[in-house]
Amino acid sequence: MNHNDFNKLYPRRTGLLTPRNMEKAGYAGLTVLTILTVLPIIAVVIYILVQGAPAISPSFIFDMPRDGMRAGGIWPAIVGTIYLTVGTAIFSVPLGIGAAIYLAEYAPDNRVTQMIRIAIINLSGIPSVVYGLFGLGLFVLFLKFGSSILAASLTLSIMTLPVIISTTEEALRAVPHAFRVVSISLGATRWETIRRIVLPQALPGIVTGVILGLERAAGETAPILFTGAAFFLPRLPQSPLDPTMALPYHLFVISTQVPGMPVQIQYGTVLVLLVFVLGMNLIATWIRSRARARRQW
Amino acid sequence: MIARNRLTEIGVTRLIQLAGFSSIIFMGMILYFLLTEGVPALGEVSLRELFSSRWYPIEGFYGILPLITGSLMVTIGAMLIAVPFGLCAAVYISEVAPPRLAAVLKPLVEILAGLPSVVLGFLGIVILSPFLRRFLDLPTGLTAFTGSLLLGGIAIPTVISISEDALNNVPRSYREAARALGATGWQTIWGVTVPAARSGILTAVMLGVGRAMGETMAVMMVTGNAPVLPSSLGALFEPARTMTATIASEMGEVATGSEHYHVLFFIGIVLFLFSLVVNLIASRLVFRSKGRAERVLS
Repeated sequence: MNHNDFNKLYPRRTGLLTPRNMEKAGYAGLTVLTILTVLPIIAVVIYILVQGAPAISPSFIFDMPRDGMRAGGIWPAIVGTIYLTVGTAIFSVPLGIGAAIYLAEYAPDNRVTQMIRIAIINLSGIPSVVYGLFGLGLFVLFLKFGSSILAASLTLSIMTLPVIISTTEEALRAVPHAFRVVSISLGATRWETIRRIVLPQALPGIVTGVILGLERAAGETAPILFTGAAFFLPRLPQSPLDPTMALPYHLFVISTQVPGMPVQIQYGTVLVLLVFVLGMNLIATWIRSRARARRQW
Repeated sequence: MIARNRLTEIGVTRLIQLAGFSSIIFMGMILYFLLTEGVPALGEVSLRELFSSRWYPIEGFYGILPLITGSLMVTIGAMLIAVPFGLCAAVYISEVAPPRLAAVLKPLVEILAGLPSVVLGFLGIVILSPFLRRFLDLPTGLTAFTGSLLLGGIAIPTVISISEDALNNVPRSYREAARALGATGWQTIWGVTVPAARSGILTAVMLGVGRAMGETMAVMMVTGNAPVLPSSLGALFEPARTMTATIASEMGEVATGSEHYHVLFFIGIVLFLFSLVVNLIASRLVFRSKGRAERVLS
């Protein structure tokens, strides 16, 4: 931008419209817009807390639903979400961390690696309902797992993979290169260096990434719709090949599919789901900030 | 002992390589399963029927056009909300807010990003849609506009966090140079910092589009599920139906291998292609801007 352009863009003004005043007005405008963006978030969380709290009681949490889910508790949905989250972790954590180690420590800088990166970016952008279709095609029908915890967990794992890979890779790359050089120079092999030096140093970052990935999986509904979520089950799932109820799907069901649903149960379910998901978020944030404060390098 | 160590080393290296390639493998498998289940639709329903304007599967009408327009309408509406709000919030957090305030605002945005979409859908049903029905005097509050508002909220965290990264990556010296030339902070933001972060901000917008278009549950719960081709702008305030919602609400009830089943997978292919294009554009922008930053700064 040369001098003339600059004068054209920002002509010298007098009176009210001085650059100073424009700046003040502009900053005020930005502040208002940001408040308008952030305030609803706080309002929503508080509103759910207030509306949902009266519904929470031991029987609401630990009882089976009764009366076509219009009474009783949401225990099977809570258990189901825990099963699905753990199932997702079993598959996605080792695979995701392995892939991140490959990208951060082994991968040569070539076309294939670039293809892996593009694949990860695309995986992270595929709509969750398309993961559901894929899970239905591969796990439920082709591998004949049926609509089950196993099929739903596998589907959720693949969806979670990109998050875990990219956050873990970032954590691994943050470990200073010198650490690796010293370890190798002392005679350690590559894997020994990774296992004993790099991974322990990157652990807080990895744990944060894993929790954030699983948080997303725990709150998802679309991928489990046709791979393992059940509308209602009279008992808890007995094996990984059983379908299961899950909190997010249960919330969907009781807010759209069941007429005459007491509002209190709906808000109670929202609150439990929110505590589950935001609790994971808080833990992740806490681990991250604690690790940052302690880091020596 | 040494031999065993070598064996472990080789074994572990192989496993890690396999894990590294897993993303490509999964990408290929997703494509394969979508194609094998979705392409047969082309043999059962002619292309002309498929892209016609009537979606009524019970009587064998499989026109996906209203679903595509439904998705586009809701997504565009969402971006009209998410881009200005998200960009302004990102600028505020990165350029204007005192560091302490920014440290509070960022986790709040992450909370919004972490809210499951069913929760937003539920709030859409119980709060937003009754409010809109009364406020705008509509026959129903479950409209494309309601969906756009919610989707805007869902896309905002993506837009904010990625634009904010882009703004943070603009070298300090750019801002200092502008200030040294006498520009105010406000002029520096819109004349220097934001243009310098342009490609990162475009990436944020593209990823926001991807997020909005792929969103399923919230949209399905609040848009009223009417697959109608929009005829005028007024359609924004009428019920609509997106591609994602159609798959989610109908896949549970179709017979495996039926015509309807194949067409739903075909919609999956269309969605997959949309997300592929959006993400390729977004990642292109990232790679290009990285290259440019390296050239400028070296």
